[in-house]
Amino acid sequence: MSEGLTWTVYDADSMTQAEIYGQVLCDLGDQYPEIVGLSADLANSTKIGKFGKKFPERFINVGIAEQNLFGVAAGMAKAGLLPFVSTMATFASMRACEQVRTDICYQNLNCKIIATHGGASFGQAGSTHHCTEDVAIMRSFANMTVIVPADGIECANAVKACVEYPGPVYIRIGRGFEPKFYDKDDYGFEIGKAVQLMDGTDITLICCGVTVLQAMEAARFLKENDGLSVRVLNIHTIKPIDEEAILKAVLETRRLAVFEEHNIHGGLGSAVADVIALSGKGCAFTKVGIPDCFCEVGYPEDLYTHYKLDADGVIETVRQVMEMDFEEDDDWEDEV
Amino acid sequence: MALSTKEIKELEQHAWQARHDIIDITGWSGGAHIGGGLSVADMLVILYFKYLNVDPKNPQWEDRDRLIVSKGHAGVAYAPVLARKGYFDFQDLETFNKFKSPFGMHLDCLKVKGVDVSTGSLGHGLPIAVGLALGARIQKKDWYTYCILGDGECNEGSVWEAAMAASHFKLNNLITFVDRNGLMIDGSTEEVMGLEPFSDKWRAFGFIVKEVDGHDFNQLAEAIDFAKAEKSGPVVIMAKTAKGKGVDFMENEVKWHYGGLDTDLRAKAKASVDRMYGKA
Ligand SMILES: Cc1ncc(C[n+]2csc(CCOP(=O)(O)OP(=O)(O)O)c2C)c(N)n1
Ligand SMILES: [Mg+2]
Repeated sequence: MSEGLTWTVYDADSMTQAEIYGQVLCDLGDQYPEIVGLSADLANSTKIGKFGKKFPERFINVGIAEQNLFGVAAGMAKAGLLPFVSTMATFASMRACEQVRTDICYQNLNCKIIATHGGASFGQAGSTHHCTEDVAIMRSFANMTVIVPADGIECANAVKACVEYPGPVYIRIGRGFEPKFYDKDDYGFEIGKAVQLMDGTDITLICCGVTVLQAMEAARFLKENDGLSVRVLNIHTIKPIDEEAILKAVLETRRLAVFEEHNIHGGLGSAVADVIALSGKGCAFTKVGIPDCFCEVGYPEDLYTHYKLDADGVIETVRQVMEMDFEEDDDWEDEV
Repeated sequence: MALSTKEIKELEQHAWQARHDIIDITGWSGGAHIGGGLSVADMLVILYFKYLNVDPKNPQWEDRDRLIVSKGHAGVAYAPVLARKGYFDFQDLETFNKFKSPFGMHLDCLKVKGVDVSTGSLGHGLPIAVGLALGARIQKKDWYTYCILGDGECNEGSVWEAAMAASHFKLNNLITFVDRNGLMIDGSTEEVMGLEPFSDKWRAFGFIVKEVDGHDFNQLAEAIDFAKAEKSGPVVIMAKTAKGKGVDFMENEVKWHYGGLDTDLRAKAKASVDRMYGKA
């Protein structure tokens, strides 16, 4: 029987992504007086409370009422303010789904959503707190921009970039305990542009969020041990997606594998598949995520391993994709 | 009917056990919603060990009473009470929170025997309870539906949509509890989003309100007896409680909504519980 740690919701102040985000928002608050913060009894857990402490008169906690939260944000945006709204991803995308779609996206309001506890990052809480559908939901809303940052540094970049980016933006982060990936912030983050982390010609690994670090570790291993030339793309912006980078990868590597902390339906993998299918080009392709089931209970690390989203899982998948047959020509005779 | 001294003694023994169990599970799971688990423990105990017409050997028995723990984060209290009632072994809870465990912090009705409805997203329980109560009525069944809400949870509009429906349909087979511990995550309920005059709000929505001390078994029993006998419409039992009840360093402390306990704190917490029950 293992012993629990002694910590409370407040000690979680060491949260990386969320904490950095809270700090960045505080700095932006000085620069942009129109920024307001909103939460629904999760000011502390999401870290938007940092902004609330600094600008109490510009922070609204509506209580545990997510539909109201996004309706109120829409009203504040209509009044000329720039709302940043934070709650858990599951409640932002599903409880307040129609408010986000109809009140915010339909009216193309300048409203930024920073959704925490995405994917299986709060795995031990169970299915009500897992969020493996949000990217699919948000991606289906016209006018919405969807970003899944790799770590705290990238989250900070996304938050800064979205201030001047028009219209609604959904930024999905974890619970805050995710490891750091970037050492510095000047690697050329731009909304809608993939970041190429490693160049290669045998296969392209496409990832976002927590899988970025894992894919990079796997790529280094595969280079050394399997002699593979692996390209790694961090596609942090899932909508609008960087079609050019994907098509270039299809042309130059002819094998692609996508890794994401999301249901395999509707997320980054589906977005990439759309681009490939519409291009009419053939390639070996696979997508790895939560295989259309309600995710198991457990601490995130165990779940990432189970769903093959850790470095070992990525290596296993790459070896399979390297064996995959695909048609470069029109001759389907040997396939059917 | 007032409880006998023997009944009270038995319930207190169960409540003492539940508090010890909550502390243990919080310790070995790494973290759980201990504050709200301790505040709701006595309601769970009196329901399972006095009122609920259920059969742990036959958890799906169709004529059983139904309970929805709408404040689903109280899984840390709900699970051990189910275990002690006989639905499964208490030792099974050693996997709480762990990989592939049936027990996440919020209990899943497809994985945990005795759980009628999966909860954890606040504001879902009362609408489902209304549906269950209507279902019993339409099928001419006489089982009761019980639902336990958090007070912060009552910020959710869906709670009030369901409340409106419960009184509109005069659901006298629905008994609702509010765990009125006065706290949510970001502070006290009145600081974050004022609920008062809270009982009046329920009255305005057509409920009969019984205000009780949620840690007093006699008062809880009297209110439940009243609610079961009341024929005109739904009753809500406004149970005044203390978050963290029984553990002196947690009582009414907002930061103990969620937390973990090391061996040392576990011992301190249990010692405090023992003092409350005169067992020290
Ligand atoms: C829809 C929804 N929003 C937010 C949360 C996160 N959350 C979990 S517990 C909690 C506070 C609950 O307060 P209350 O209902 O008073 O419960 P208690 O004090 O009994 O623990 C919040 C906001 C949630 N589980 N569901
Ligand atoms: Mg409360």
